[in-house]
Amino acid sequence: MIKYVIKRLLLFIPILLGISFVALIFIDMSPGDPARIIAGIEKQEWEVEKIREDLGLNDPLLIRYVKFIYGAVRGDFGTTYYTKRPVGPDMMQRFPYTLLIATASILLAVLIGIPLGIYAATHQYTWKDNTAILLSLIFVSVPAFWFALLLVQVFSVKLGWLPVSGIQSWTGWVLPTLSLALGYAAGLARQARSNMLEVIRQDFITTARAKGQSEVVIKYRHALKNACIPLILVVGGMYGSALGGALIAEVIFSVPGLGQYMLAGLTGRDYPVIQASVLFMSVIFCLVILLIDIAFAFIDPRIRSQYVRGRKRLKGDA
Amino acid sequence: MKESKVKKYSYFGEVWRRLKKNKVAVVSLFVIVLIIIIALLAPVLAPHPYDQNNPSRSLEGPSSDFLLGTDRLGRDILSRLIYGSRQSLQMGFTAVIVAAAVGIFIGAIAGYFGGWVDNLLMRLLDIYQGIPMFLLTVTLAAVLGPSLRNAIIAIGVSMVPGNARFMRACILPVRDMEYIEAAQAVNASSTRVIIRHIIPNSIAPMIVSITMGLGMAVLAGAGLSFIGLGAQPPIAEWGAMVSDGRSYMRANPQLSIYPGMCIMITVLAFNLFGDGLRDALDPRLKT
Repeated sequence: MIKYVIKRLLLFIPILLGISFVALIFIDMSPGDPARIIAGIEKQEWEVEKIREDLGLNDPLLIRYVKFIYGAVRGDFGTTYYTKRPVGPDMMQRFPYTLLIATASILLAVLIGIPLGIYAATHQYTWKDNTAILLSLIFVSVPAFWFALLLVQVFSVKLGWLPVSGIQSWTGWVLPTLSLALGYAAGLARQARSNMLEVIRQDFITTARAKGQSEVVIKYRHALKNACIPLILVVGGMYGSALGGALIAEVIFSVPGLGQYMLAGLTGRDYPVIQASVLFMSVIFCLVILLIDIAFAFIDPRIRSQYVRGRKRLKGDA
Repeated sequence: MKESKVKKYSYFGEVWRRLKKNKVAVVSLFVIVLIIIIALLAPVLAPHPYDQNNPSRSLEGPSSDFLLGTDRLGRDILSRLIYGSRQSLQMGFTAVIVAAAVGIFIGAIAGYFGGWVDNLLMRLLDIYQGIPMFLLTVTLAAVLGPSLRNAIIAIGVSMVPGNARFMRACILPVRDMEYIEAAQAVNASSTRVIIRHIIPNSIAPMIVSITMGLGMAVLAGAGLSFIGLGAQPPIAEWGAMVSDGRSYMRANPQLSIYPGMCIMITVLAFNLFGDGLRDALDPRLKT
């Protein structure tokens, strides 16, 4: 187990090096010249050229790459082109907002989606199941940004319960979280339902029924666990996409999160901001996936036993 | 040759027969066809040009001139909704086709050859998938420069890794079949084996995944346009129209509500059709 974790952590290094390189190539492809944007249109070409030289934009791709990696390893991501503030602390200040929105919405999605899916599966072919399927299908297809606007219209404009935007108090978090969560909840409900239906048809459930076990115990003791374990992987993937998807909620509700920071960097061609935030988000995403994989291996006895067996075999060989 | 044609017909005939029984799938297919017709006939159907400004009649409610009212610049909302279907379908179909073509190509090569080729391709995909997908789309769309074409490229590229992995997984069980060995034994080239034997025999689950991707691509495209990285004004695009309407949510909520509903109906139709197609292609999976 520990060996597996160490191996996975070591695999991080080439992946992160690769991601930084990909980010740099994206930047290199992009039209638009940050030096010109900083200088403004009135400046002469030689003045722009000087800015370009100062920012290191004239260096070859590989030199810029090595410079970025060298800085990143020491936690130095450079300074933004416009405000001249260091990027690292800026990101750290904004990251908690994104993290909170993503985490809260995934938690909410799990709390709504999984029970709904299980409920639908245990009531298959009834109107309860059909309603649950219909609702989840609709919510999977609703654009999150539009749904957010509808929520604002109902809860802020009409009812006046929650603020339209901003996060001065806890009430400001409700709508961004909700708007992001419902799509994921619907996706989870669909997945949970089909997993549960698949498990219910397996042989061990038939065995349990044959030995006269009560339906309640079969459903909630035998089937539920087996249906939920694969969902861990789905939730992990969703968490990653929520980190990125939080961007839209941040834009609509003016939350000063990392997504907005990155978007501003993208539109202003603020290269250090783009590079650092892509890398940072990817690190978090990869960490989450790693944790999920470990949790999955740890929870599912079938997978856990593979490690144990492997270890035993090694001992036997020696 | 003739025989294989007959068999092919019966397979898809069988799928079609099963699909027809599924009422939801038929209705969603009908809606999709309807949207395609609307998009094709937009200039005929739309009562006004989508970019015709009427400054004196801005933000009007529904009237006989403008069935659904007008926006900030006095443009007819109904006409813009009709034209908007073109952008959404274009984004959905093109992005998905690009992603599927590249994904199938990479997945087929990795799956068929295995070994170091497979390893190299999969590690490269690991890097791509290490970036959260929506972030990758947004970054690509922004660095390429905001336009409809670049949004399509961005969505297509970020969907490639998923398709490639899926295709590879579909190919692995087919690769070791006897008929593949037979084809190799009569000295068929790798290209021929992949194109004539491997892909046709492993494509069915891929088709479902591609159909499901359509809805996702339409949503992603609308999302990009919403944050200003997709279709640029004055082009009528549903995501951009929702965004335009945001400032008038209080007095004229319909400006944002109608285009959002159009996105929802389109995506819903694609998803429902994908579900039906999955059940029809592989009844074993039906739940």
